[in-house]
Amino acid sequence: MSNNMEQIVGPRVSGEEFQRNRTRYLLPTILFALAGLLLIISIFLPYWQLTLHAPQYPQGLTVQAYLNRVDGDVGEIDGLNHYIGMRPLDEAAPFERSISIIGVISLSLLILASIFIHSKWVTLLTLPALLFPVIFLVDLQWWLANFGQNLDPAAPLSSSVDPFVPPVLFEGKIAQFRTVAMPSIGLWLAIAASLLILVGLYFHRRAYKPLHDAAEAKA
Amino acid sequence: MTRSKFRIVALLLLLVLALSVFAACGRNRQEDAADTVVGDGNLPAGAMDIAAERGLSPDDINAALKTYVPSGQWDEYLMFASGGHSGNLLVIGLPSMRILKNIAVFTPESWQGYGFGSIESEEILDAGNVNGVEIRMGDSHHPGLSETAGDYDGEFVFINDKSSARVAVIDLRDFETKQIVKDPNIISNHGSTFVTPNTEYVIQGSQYATPLGWEYAPLEEYEEKYRGLATLWSFDREAGRIDMENSFSIELPPYWQDLCDAGKLASDGWFFCNSFNTEMATGGIEDGNPPFEAGVSQRDMDYLHIINWKKAEEVYKAGNTEEINGMPVITLQTAIDEGVLFFAPEPKSPHGVDVTPDGKYMVIAGKLDPQVTIYSIEKIEQAIADQNWEADPFGVPVLNFDAVKMAQLELGLGPLHTQYDADGYAYTSLFLDSAVAKWKLGGDDPEAYELIETVPVQYNVGHLAAAEGDTVSPDGKYLVALNKWAVDRFAPVGPLLPQNEQLIDISGDRMQVIYDMAMGVGEPHYAQIIKQDKIKAWDVYPEVGWDPIAQAPSEFATKAGEERIERNGNEVEVFMTSIRSHLTPEHVEIKQGDHVTWHITNIESAHDATHGFQLGGYNISLSIEPGETASFEFDAVNDGTYAYYCTEFCSALHLEMMGYMLVEP
Repeated sequence: MSNNMEQIVGPRVSGEEFQRNRTRYLLPTILFALAGLLLIISIFLPYWQLTLHAPQYPQGLTVQAYLNRVDGDVGEIDGLNHYIGMRPLDEAAPFERSISIIGVISLSLLILASIFIHSKWVTLLTLPALLFPVIFLVDLQWWLANFGQNLDPAAPLSSSVDPFVPPVLFEGKIAQFRTVAMPSIGLWLAIAASLLILVGLYFHRRAYKPLHDAAEAKA
Repeated sequence: MTRSKFRIVALLLLLVLALSVFAACGRNRQEDAADTVVGDGNLPAGAMDIAAERGLSPDDINAALKTYVPSGQWDEYLMFASGGHSGNLLVIGLPSMRILKNIAVFTPESWQGYGFGSIESEEILDAGNVNGVEIRMGDSHHPGLSETAGDYDGEFVFINDKSSARVAVIDLRDFETKQIVKDPNIISNHGSTFVTPNTEYVIQGSQYATPLGWEYAPLEEYEEKYRGLATLWSFDREAGRIDMENSFSIELPPYWQDLCDAGKLASDGWFFCNSFNTEMATGGIEDGNPPFEAGVSQRDMDYLHIINWKKAEEVYKAGNTEEINGMPVITLQTAIDEGVLFFAPEPKSPHGVDVTPDGKYMVIAGKLDPQVTIYSIEKIEQAIADQNWEADPFGVPVLNFDAVKMAQLELGLGPLHTQYDADGYAYTSLFLDSAVAKWKLGGDDPEAYELIETVPVQYNVGHLAAAEGDTVSPDGKYLVALNKWAVDRFAPVGPLLPQNEQLIDISGDRMQVIYDMAMGVGEPHYAQIIKQDKIKAWDVYPEVGWDPIAQAPSEFATKAGEERIERNGNEVEVFMTSIRSHLTPEHVEIKQGDHVTWHITNIESAHDATHGFQLGGYNISLSIEPGETASFEFDAVNDGTYAYYCTEFCSALHLEMMGYMLVEP
């Protein structure tokens, strides 16, 4: 049992060795810590933005999706959506939004925990955070499709607008609206966190693989 | 080794940061503006062909270039022009001269839902009724923008109704009339509305003298019983209303007071009014008497009224007033005794008295005298200190003309009204010459006053308005001649012609008329021009369910899902919402004989998503701007089936935005 734990935690670094190669051991720590911090900051920032352009809205209409809410011209967009029978934006992803904050905090904690894990198990711990931006976008695309496909057939314009799938990124077109969907600063931070984790994993391996191999050899 | 690793990591970090910043910035990037086409001072290819084809002179081309405002760009100035006997107030952009809005003030107006059932507007209009007679006409004359330290602050505008002696308050957050007050003692006014430098008071001067309270008195008793009046309406800026409780009037001789202006800076604390019937003529052409036009023009001199309003305020606050029809009035005798009222002779029957930007001089435009006469406040105060006066028949001190006059300058025939620019020049309209005179103010040197040039205008120019031209800091740039006649300027539209408002560029050495605007909706008497960016108008009301009269959330606001019809005996109350593209409820079933009170909340918050409402057969018309809650009431006198609908083409499904009102017999 304790042997298993040791396997997972990986080899410890002696004070002498640490003093000799500070950078080598600090690098993955700093990169993981930074990644965790960026994820925490991203909680307060919008992840995704959709802008609707139409002649009668010269400033455009914009919604920002945060992890747990939507903000911006939600009322106006909901008002327009009722013509095609789309449900109010607030009804989207209730489960995801309810766990999102705790979920992202957990991802950060996993990354921080992985600072203390000096084995290949660290890949498993950081994997959720690494994939988080992709998971976010895939889930969002699923909801966009869900909303676009399930239009109220009794809506005023239901006969002139067929069910559609709004693209989660870049340009789309619905009636007179050109839609532009872009990641927002929060998602960019999450992507940055993923990159930091990737780089961190590389240096993690650089730092601890030799120790691990040495320990194996000794055994 | 570690050092180079560090660099790689640092570089990567920088890249990531740069990416995030780029992404963040990219969101707000605007579409590129179109290229400016004019280069090297040359017009674009084809422009000269257009000019040749249309027969445009170089001056015409200049005028076109100076006044064209491309789509989506805003005018630099807004002009508030009275609508005359259409009883409204017009908002016009400069230099494009486009009408931006026609604000209903004294007369009902169906587009704005003003005076067609809406409880709010009916109450405002009813406050202007005269002794129980419903007054639904108006003769709006002189807009007065609210001022702070003698400069326009863009918060409110006031305007008077000449024919029934009323003053209105318009709030420039939503450009809507909020209040009409009726002076209880006079039936016509003209020297209004002029504000004191911090809008402490909105001044109103009477015009045609009547007994106070316009009670009956034969014309034979003119001298004893007929009187003029100046009312100082106290303005409560916080409430956005004239505070009638703290307002008072000053009794004046029956001299037919004309235009007024408040002093500023050097002359702060004073206001000035012209007069034109010191003859006290009473007309009666049908009885062989001289007609008014001759009778009131007999004397060479009339009296400039010089009124110390700060002194008058002290007298009023000390309670030294007589209450007449509910209004505290400083009697003529008190005004004389307390040093509130003085006269100075002025060439007969002048029109405008206009205080210079520094407040030191008053310019009186002679109308029947080809000169402007310039008075100095310093000289006036000296003459008062020296008691250099004679008394008029009522005992009012008439200051010695030569002691108070600074200069006289001949400009041309029919000088009416004067405005100022930023460089020490004055501009005076010449009614008879149909021209505008530009002349130099000479300060304390009578010889330095000098006529610079005149420019013809078409035709019969009344007032002038220069950009912020009656404030302590005029802008120059633009002058508008408010011409009474257009004659041949526009394509014929029948015997009733539009007026011609001409925009004049005064930025150069030579005045140039650069635009003729047909004013086909009223007769502007005066206008004021304010820098557009001083006005902080709302795009939509601050909250959904807004009461624009209280400028606060409405107690009748209805939220989506809370629409209802309540009945209490034969009292029916409807709580309705409007949003593109439905009114809720869509069925209103009532009984003949019901009294119906009906509230509609526009629950939109999108810019420009106004809904209108008309109920055919019951004379109801509302405009419900985004966020507004409006109410109307009526007696269901007739049974039947009625349609109500949204009158604004608010959406593609606008025609579908309707409902039925069923009135059961």
